[in-house]
Amino acid sequence: MNDVLATTLTYVSLAAALWALVLAIAGQPTRPDRWYGVGVLGVVALLELGLVVQAVGGIVALFVTERELDGFSFVGYLVGPVLVLALAAFWALAEKTRWGPAVLVVGCLAVPVMLLRLQQVWDAHA
Amino acid sequence: MPEPGLAQRTRSGPGRLLIAVYAVFALAATARSAVQIGTRFGEAPVAYLLSAFAAVVYVVATVCLVRGSATSRTVAWVSIVVELVGVLAVGTFSLVDPQAFPDATVWSEFGRGYVFIPAVLPVLGLWWLRVSARDPVA
Repeated sequence: MNDVLATTLTYVSLAAALWALVLAIAGQPTRPDRWYGVGVLGVVALLELGLVVQAVGGIVALFVTERELDGFSFVGYLVGPVLVLALAAFWALAEKTRWGPAVLVVGCLAVPVMLLRLQQVWDAHA
Repeated sequence: MPEPGLAQRTRSGPGRLLIAVYAVFALAATARSAVQIGTRFGEAPVAYLLSAFAAVVYVVATVCLVRGSATSRTVAWVSIVVELVGVLAVGTFSLVDPQAFPDATVWSEFGRGYVFIPAVLPVLGLWWLRVSARDPVA
C-alpha cells in the first residue's frame, strides 16, 4: 500500500468533485468542447488512471504482505473506486444539463470514502 | 401503450443524479452484504440478512429507474416505499433495542453510517417519480 498515492488520489478526487460542483451550480453541462469541460474530464481521467495503478499495486501488495488482511474487503475497496468513477463519467456525459456534472460530484466523492475504508482495512491488522 | 418520453424523463435531469446515488448504494450494499454473509454469517444473521434485503431493494430501484417504463416505474415505486419503511423500522429498532443488531446495517440508526443518505434517498425517489410522471408538453 502506497500512502503517498492514496493521499494524492484523495486530494485529486476532492478537487475534481469541487470543479464538477462549480459546473453544476453554474448550470454548465460537461461539454467536451469547452476548456472547463475538458479540464474536469481530464482530471477524472487522471484520477481513474491513478486508481487503476493503486488497484494493481494493492493486489500485488495483498499477495506479498505478511499482514492478516480481510482480503475480500480489501480487493473490493481497490476495485470499487475504479468501477464507480468510470460508470459515473459515462453516466454524466450522457446528460446535457447541469445534472451531468452533479453525477460527477457523486462519483468523485464516493472515491475518498472508499479510499478511507481501504486504508482502514489495511491498517486493521498492522 | 408505448410512451418513449416517460423513460427519457425518468432518467434525465435530477433523475440522473438520483439514479447515480441509488447505483452507488446498490453497489455498496451488495458488496457489503456479500462480504458479511460470505465470511461471518453466524455472527449476526439477522443484521446480515437485512443488509442483503436492503441491497436487493437498492438494486431493484436502480434498475427500474434506469428502465423507466410505466411498469418499471411502478416496481421502482414499490421498492422505494419498502426502502422508506425499512429505513424507518430498522432505524427505530436499532435505537430502541441495540442488542438486536450486533453489527450495523445500511439502515441502522436511520443510515447514520452513511450520513443519513439512506433516510433522505427514498423521500427524494418518491418525489422524483411524482414529478417526472407529468408530461411537460401536455
